Amino acid sequence: MKFALMINQGPYTHQASDTAYHFACAVLKAGHEVFRIFFYHDGVNNATRMTTPPQDERHVIDRWSELASQHKLDLVVCVAAAQRRGILDEDEARRHGKDGDNLAPGFRISGLGQLIEAGIEADRFLVFGN
Amino acid sequence: MYVNRSAPHGTIYAHEGLEVVLVGAAFDQEVSMAFVGDGVFQLKQAQDTSGIGTKNFTGAYRALADYDVTRLYVETESLEERGLTVDDLMPLTYDDEEDDDQEKSSITLIDRASLGQLFEAQDVILNF
Repeated sequence: MKFALMINQGPYTHQASDTAYHFACAVLKAGHEVFRIFFYHDGVNNATRMTTPPQDERHVIDRWSELASQHKLDLVVCVAAAQRRGILDEDEARRHGKDGDNLAPGFRISGLGQLIEAGIEADRFLVFGN
Repeated sequence: MYVNRSAPHGTIYAHEGLEVVLVGAAFDQEVSMAFVGDGVFQLKQAQDTSGIGTKNFTGAYRALADYDVTRLYVETESLEERGLTVDDLMPLTYDDEEDDDQEKSSITLIDRASLGQLFEAQDVILNF
């Protein structure tokens, strides 16, 4: 079965991103496909590689990057929501004259059309966090 | 169907939710919106955000008809619980091409039980 996930809360404050991660792992383990994972609202904060949690804590961002690399997942961050919250890739940083970018590996920045397409393409579309 | 549960200001959900609706309109899907709970405040007439310094994005609701988003369901109980009537809402209308371009209201009042049935009939629901 083809799954798509939407994540609407940032890391650490809420469990939404953790739950989505565990769900995605379970889906993949069961042999299903994850078509796309879309990050919106504060969920875009899951995509900054500047995140530096204490060493004895889970690293929510690295965990997504690793899962994406292992399973060739499509992790998409909404461009408008990301720019409001200071999440930029190299191109966006240059375009807006910022002195650095912070998008974590395995994520890409794109538009809301990617969210709509995920809803259309997936057999099951699940939302984590409000 | 896009389900709007949040007041228009105070959190960004209404604003970023509306952005999804407007982008999604380009995808040629059968689209409707529901307004429940504090979400009914999103359609309130004459909103003014100058006192809180946030962008007043609510004019964009008037553009929904231009994007062929013309089915806005407002839950009756939610309106009543908040002391509102349909007259407190923006007069959102569209020209019905199937009916000699007659101007019709985009807003349909719906009771809680019927809205529940409508949820059942959806392929995808996005909540904001």
